[in-house]
Amino acid sequence: MTSDDNPATADPHTSVYGGLLGGDEGHWAFGTTSLDIQSDDPLAGVDVTVAEGIDHSALAAYCLMLGDDALIMSQQLSKWTAKAPDLEEDVALSNTALDLLGQARLLLARAAAADPNLVPAMPAGSPVPDEDALAFFRDQTEFRNVRLVEPDNGDFASTLVRLFVFTIWRLAIFQRLAGSQDRVLAAVAAKGVKEMTYHRDYAARWVVTLAQGTEESHRRTVDALARWWPLLHELFQTHPVEKSMSDAGVGVDPFVLRTECEAVLATVLAASQLERSEVPPMAGPGGRNGTHTESMGPLLAEMQAVARAHPMGSW
Amino acid sequence: MTTLLERARRVADAVTDPEMPMLTLRDLGVLRSVEVDMDGQLVVTVTPTYSGCPAMATMREDLTYRLRQAGFNSITVRTVLEPAWSTDWITDVGRRKLTEHGISPPGPATHHAGPIPLTLVLPRREVSCPQCGSDNTELTSEFGATACKALYRCSDCREPFDHVKEI
Repeated sequence: MTSDDNPATADPHTSVYGGLLGGDEGHWAFGTTSLDIQSDDPLAGVDVTVAEGIDHSALAAYCLMLGDDALIMSQQLSKWTAKAPDLEEDVALSNTALDLLGQARLLLARAAAADPNLVPAMPAGSPVPDEDALAFFRDQTEFRNVRLVEPDNGDFASTLVRLFVFTIWRLAIFQRLAGSQDRVLAAVAAKGVKEMTYHRDYAARWVVTLAQGTEESHRRTVDALARWWPLLHELFQTHPVEKSMSDAGVGVDPFVLRTECEAVLATVLAASQLERSEVPPMAGPGGRNGTHTESMGPLLAEMQAVARAHPMGSW
Repeated sequence: MTTLLERARRVADAVTDPEMPMLTLRDLGVLRSVEVDMDGQLVVTVTPTYSGCPAMATMREDLTYRLRQAGFNSITVRTVLEPAWSTDWITDVGRRKLTEHGISPPGPATHHAGPIPLTLVLPRREVSCPQCGSDNTELTSEFGATACKALYRCSDCREPFDHVKEI
């Protein structure tokens, strides 16, 4: 086609965005058309059949773990929206939160498709999609995220150190997951790898910058490292679901990632002239078992309140 | 049948991206195919740019709306997640239109075999200012107004501009 066929560019005297203001309602974004023709299902039209030999409920439980990690991390990062030190960081953190939220939607939708029994019961006729029901209508003990994502962001250094550690680990998982026997999980992972490559570089550069910056930024970075260090150990503990999914060629056993992740961490610590922290690991059975920190309750209350007040709500 | 399919493809090919309306979904590489299945139903296949792309539902709706307007009634819009979208799929026409509208088009995407290296220094791309053509440009941020863009500034004409970042 030629560019003249394009309604947005047909008139050279108006801005390209002028097309958005035309009288054609079909061009308005986000649900203002009267057409009730497409669901907003992130897996619309994707073949979600679980391959023979893969345990449905274990696959669903596994997707829930990875989906919950992304969902809670996204919720944390989005708290910086309109509050970051400058506009560029505001945009960067919001973009990162959006990528993770997208991953969470896909993974929670995958979990729901693999095992519909996981999805909380909604009132008859509720338009709330399965992935939203999982995000907003589960209680704390039903969440499977690691505890690293739960405590409040703290300051900018604390936020970036956590994001860095989280992304080293998640990127390592997703790189292997791209070869998963579950084709949906493999596709979600392959996409996520591209996104998180940018996230990890962004966070790593900030860790170096802050550590090598002023005395104050250095002090805050050292404090941040000590703050998150006790939660690193859990990232590499293998849960039985991760073990069984790894054995089935579907998931990744995080235990095997430790050396690789430690190497990336060591590179950045060396560039930052920071020492490893010596704070011992946090005790307890961990988030993969549904045991969370005291931060999780208030976080979920804030995240879920509006959806729970409107179980028949359409957004 | 063939002519009907060709007509459907022409209609689908003209549907524009909601966030970068100077591009069609075809230019962007988001519209993957338009086919007719065994039951005579039109099957349109799209793929998201980023996992969290908030415009996917609108794209599906726009495609259905345009095809309905053109007289097609039986339409399914399918999402495919693999292979994952790459900026390499943006067509040459799409790249030209981006530049014409002040957005710098992406360079070739990097493909990694094995572990992805950490990049502690800011990436150096050969990016020309889409306003004045100068190569004297600097990266402001790897993240921009939409998930797919980085933010640059021209050191000569001093104008900021978007760059579609390689993925």
